[in-house]
Amino acid sequence: MTFRLIQQGFLTAFLALSLPALANEPAIATPTVPSIAQPLFADVAIETRLTDLSRELRCVVCQNEALSDSPAELATDMRQEIRDLMTAGKTDQEVLEFLTSRYGDFVLFRPPFKPVTYLLWVGPFVFLGFGVVVWFMALRSRRTFQSAPVNSAQLAAAARLLEEKP
Amino acid sequence: MKRWLPLVFFMVLVGFFAKGLFLNPREVPSPFIGKAAPTFSLPVVGDAQKAFSPADMKGQVWMLNVWAPWCVSCKVEHKLLMALAESRTAPPIVGLNWKDKTREAQELLARTGNPYVAVPDDLSGRVGIDWGVTGTPETYVIDREGIVRLKHVGPIDMDIWQNKFVPKLKELGA
Repeated sequence: MTFRLIQQGFLTAFLALSLPALANEPAIATPTVPSIAQPLFADVAIETRLTDLSRELRCVVCQNEALSDSPAELATDMRQEIRDLMTAGKTDQEVLEFLTSRYGDFVLFRPPFKPVTYLLWVGPFVFLGFGVVVWFMALRSRRTFQSAPVNSAQLAAAARLLEEKP
Repeated sequence: MKRWLPLVFFMVLVGFFAKGLFLNPREVPSPFIGKAAPTFSLPVVGDAQKAFSPADMKGQVWMLNVWAPWCVSCKVEHKLLMALAESRTAPPIVGLNWKDKTREAQELLARTGNPYVAVPDDLSGRVGIDWGVTGTPETYVIDREGIVRLKHVGPIDMDIWQNKFVPKLKELGA
């Protein structure tokens, strides 16, 4: 008996709650909001900066992946840390300093140009220059190729061969 | 001589590649070596009223071991840490519980033994980021003045302990 009462109670409550909604429902469902997913973040400008910056950063867990692409838990935490720093008004440069002071230049996909990285940055051009030098030397030695000396007897023999009728 | 030059060049290149092949990419040099250890204050596992701060360890050489209950290689390392703590051959070890539940850490330590003098609880992982932690386990050696002297990534085994930690600790007079 009590169960019936509760059941009825629920039914009336449900109808009372849903009726106004049903009454407002237009005959044909026309969405009032464009069917685009709402962004999951609060500030679009900061999120854009975060995405751009974290493309330049290495995920320290999955080392060859960018921080922006990594699903690792630590990467999520680091992105949150960057988001907080940006919300606090830190510039991109300050965020990079924050991260390099903790994880070293290793987090940067573009390491700074300093004595330890001179070879890294200049090395490829040095090798290219070396290759060009070797190439030119090879070309020159070919151009200055000296034909073997011939004496007059050999020349005469060659002339005779040329004049011979087949 | 000239005809051997390309071969010599090639061998040098192979040498470089071979060396690179056997380097551990996880061994990232820590920018904290020779610098003051980052400070923090965190509640301790087992007693949320108490807080741990690196300043508490000032005046002695100590080690910070970053671990987590879910971490399998930490369990491997745990045996060695227990042996070190029992034989008192190591300086005091502080175990930072990194990004895992307080209760699980407490239960695991109760079950398998606690080699740590304190277990600060870094639930959010923020302190880990401050220390440049890339994963568990990681171990830092901090000297009397509170300066980071050594960082090791990955579990410590007897070999690493003898060859990497012991000489450094001797040098620091621990």
